[in-house]
Amino acid sequence: MTFHAQKRPVAAAGAVTIEDLAPEARFSLRGDPADAGILGRTLGVDLPTAIGTRNEKDGRTALCLGPDEWVVLAGEAERDAILDAFAAIEADTPHALCDIGDREVSVRIVGPDAAALLAMGCPRDLSHLAPGRAVRTVFDGVSIVLWREAEEVYRLDAWRSSAPYVRELLETGVVELRAGL
Amino acid sequence: MLLIRCPYCEETLPELEFVYAGEAHIERPKDPSSLSDDDWRDFLFMRSNVKGPHFERWRHVHGCARFFNAVRDTVTDRFLATYKAGEKRPSLAELEKAE
Repeated sequence: MTFHAQKRPVAAAGAVTIEDLAPEARFSLRGDPADAGILGRTLGVDLPTAIGTRNEKDGRTALCLGPDEWVVLAGEAERDAILDAFAAIEADTPHALCDIGDREVSVRIVGPDAAALLAMGCPRDLSHLAPGRAVRTVFDGVSIVLWREAEEVYRLDAWRSSAPYVRELLETGVVELRAGL
Repeated sequence: MLLIRCPYCEETLPELEFVYAGEAHIERPKDPSSLSDDDWRDFLFMRSNVKGPHFERWRHVHGCARFFNAVRDTVTDRFLATYKAGEKRPSLAELEKAE
C-alpha cells in the first residue's frame, strides 16, 4: 500500500503524544437522507451528506458516517437542548437520536509520528484522509471513528469497552517508536 | 490484502474494513409456505459456487456499514465491479469489455 511505500523518516523520540479528551455530548443520529435539511435545521448545523465530511457551527459538530447516519458532538451543557429539539420534530420527521455520550471515549494523537502510530492498527492509507475529514474505520479489530483534525492531529473515538485495549496498544506503539523500531 | 471500492463511500479501501456476506441477487420467495421442501431447501442452502466472476454481497462494516454488491473473479480474486444494493445486476459481457 502507498502508506508503506512512502519512506517516512521516523521523527525523534517523543514525536507523538496521546491525550485523553474530556467527556462531551455525543449523539448518533439516523434518519432519511431526504430529511437531512430539517434534521440539520433542528440541530443548527447543516448535515453533511458526503460520507467522511463534517460541518461545525456554534460548538456543535455533525459528521456524516453513512448515507443515513451522523455523529453529533456538542458541549455537555447542550445535551438536553438537543434532545428536546429533536423530540419536538419526532412526529413529523421520523428519525433516531441516540445519546452515545457514555458509549465512547476519545483520545487525541498529536505529532509528526501520529500517522505512523495509527498505522500499527489501522489498515487505511491515512495519507488519503485529508485534514478536516473523519471516517469510521478499524484499529486492530476494534471499530473506531478516526478524525483527522489537522495535518498531524488525529482524534480517535472508541467504544468504552474496547478503549483500554486501544489505549494500551497506542502506548506500546509510542514506546516502539521511541525505541526506533 | 484485497482493496475494495465501496460504492457508498466512493473510496477504495482495505479488505479489513469489510465482511463478506454471501452470494448476491438471491430473492426471498414471496410466499414461503407455498413452496415445496425442495424449493425451500434450494433457496436456503443451494448456491452457485462459480469458478470465475461471482456476484456477491459485501458489507462495509467498519465504515458506512452498508451492504453492497460486487463482482469478484473467484480464480484471481480481482474485483470487476462494485455497485449499490438494489441496483441492477451488471452484465458480464459489459464488465469484461470495460476491463
